[in-house]
Amino acid sequence: MRSNEGVDRRAGSYHGRRRAMGLAFAWLCGLSTCVGIVALAVLLVDVTLDGAPRLSVDFLSSFASRFPDRAGVKAALAGSVWVVTLTAVIAFPLSVAAAIYLEEYAPKHWTTRAIQTNIANLAGVPSIVYGILGLALFVRALGLDRSVLSGALTLSLLIMPVIIMSAQEAIRAVPSTIRDAAYGLGATRWQVVRHQVIPMALPGILTGTILALSRALGETAPLIMVGAVGFVAFTPGGLSDQFTVLPLQIYSWVSRPQPEFQEIAAAGIIVLLSLLLTMNAAAIVLRNRYQARS
Amino acid sequence: MATVYGIGSSGAAPALEAKAVSVSYGDATAVRDVSLTVPANRVVALIGPSGCGKSTLLRCFNRMNDLVPNARVAGRVDFHGRDLYDHGVDPVEVRRRIGMVFQKPNPFPKSIFDNVAFGPRVNGFHGDLDGVVEASLRQSALWDEVSDRLGDSAYALSGGQQQRLCIARTLAVKPEVVLMDEPASSLDPIATQRIEELIYQLKERYTIVIVTHNMQQAARISDYTAFLYMGELVEYGPTETIFTNPREERTEAYVTGRFG
Repeated sequence: MRSNEGVDRRAGSYHGRRRAMGLAFAWLCGLSTCVGIVALAVLLVDVTLDGAPRLSVDFLSSFASRFPDRAGVKAALAGSVWVVTLTAVIAFPLSVAAAIYLEEYAPKHWTTRAIQTNIANLAGVPSIVYGILGLALFVRALGLDRSVLSGALTLSLLIMPVIIMSAQEAIRAVPSTIRDAAYGLGATRWQVVRHQVIPMALPGILTGTILALSRALGETAPLIMVGAVGFVAFTPGGLSDQFTVLPLQIYSWVSRPQPEFQEIAAAGIIVLLSLLLTMNAAAIVLRNRYQARS
Repeated sequence: MATVYGIGSSGAAPALEAKAVSVSYGDATAVRDVSLTVPANRVVALIGPSGCGKSTLLRCFNRMNDLVPNARVAGRVDFHGRDLYDHGVDPVEVRRRIGMVFQKPNPFPKSIFDNVAFGPRVNGFHGDLDGVVEASLRQSALWDEVSDRLGDSAYALSGGQQQRLCIARTLAVKPEVVLMDEPASSLDPIATQRIEELIYQLKERYTIVIVTHNMQQAARISDYTAFLYMGELVEYGPTETIFTNPREERTEAYVTGRFG
């Protein structure tokens, strides 16, 4: 009897330890999550407190100025919208085409594998390197100068690997049974891709694209390299115009000594974050809509 | 030429003739030197244990193996006297005339109507699409169940209904031959029975080659049965002969359930 109790007690303490481990792990994970959320919340509150009083229609519709009261984000907002839109127009079709080629057409041998590995590596190259490439290639060699187009092309190179990889992922997720069914009905490869693969992969492709574009929206370094400047008193009217973008404008304000400009920078950050959150929300809405349909 | 047992006296014209067909994936040979004749408007069952090459052989008949990287097909498959693997034969056209129904129901994530209409559409059909869809759904005995909800997603149908939809989809492109790769293996007994009845009706207008690992099913629905083992055709002949009086010992052992 006694020894039996001993066994039970040992077993009991063992179970107790396992339970405690499980609880501790859950708490640890919960705490880690909190660190991220709390940091984000503090940032948002801080920025909002600093910047909200400065936010107004005037702030959105005024150009940058030496005088804090007259400074606004018009040029930077327009520049960001220009650059990101143009980047989307350039990068999206190229990346999706590349992904479709790699998944549906390319023969699977070592060249394709080498290209694949390269794309994965390119996604990890620091953005400043793309800036230097953009400066040498687009600004100088192609003579595009410090223009919206140079900036958009540079950012396109930067985000293409990301879009290609997420598009490949989405295309690979289309079941092969669907492809078989379509081929079995006498569809050509193009028809299979056009009518089955792309529609099914589209939500995933769009989500990946929008997330990549959000990254492009927040980029500063490569755009400094291709000549975006911190002080622009006009909105771009064409592809060859000079431009600035929100992150750059914010950086230029933050680096000024006057405290008023810190508040203006905070207001600029609110504008940038709103733009980012809108894009991410669009990604979620798009995905849900397409998923509900199929 | 390998001998083709027991066929020829039936009087039916051949729809497909496999002649010394071998298929390999890389170094592995899946089908070795198989010759058999599929008579028109008959049901031919391919039976054999898992991995015996029956699905691979089936996929030779409409060049689906072309889609598998490093699959190689040797020999010839004659269809109306012409080798399907001849230079200049378009595999897309082959697959239109020789349709296929797969193991698991695989409807497109579209409406019931669009599933059936997909084949005619990609083949450039201009005409009464509604009529084709209705006729195909009637042929696959699904029309009465779905006629009032053609716009609904095909995914809303039960497994058995989905498989009949896939059959309707195949029939919509008006093939001459329908290949079926274990079409009832993922269905319950009642749905299976409906598919079998359907196959029985379809052979009036189509030639059917069906892969099945269910021997009762082969015995019930087929006119001819081919027994494959380890990539080779062991025996081919009228279903009754194969099941009651096979000439090969291995066939008898398999159909009586002693191995496989």
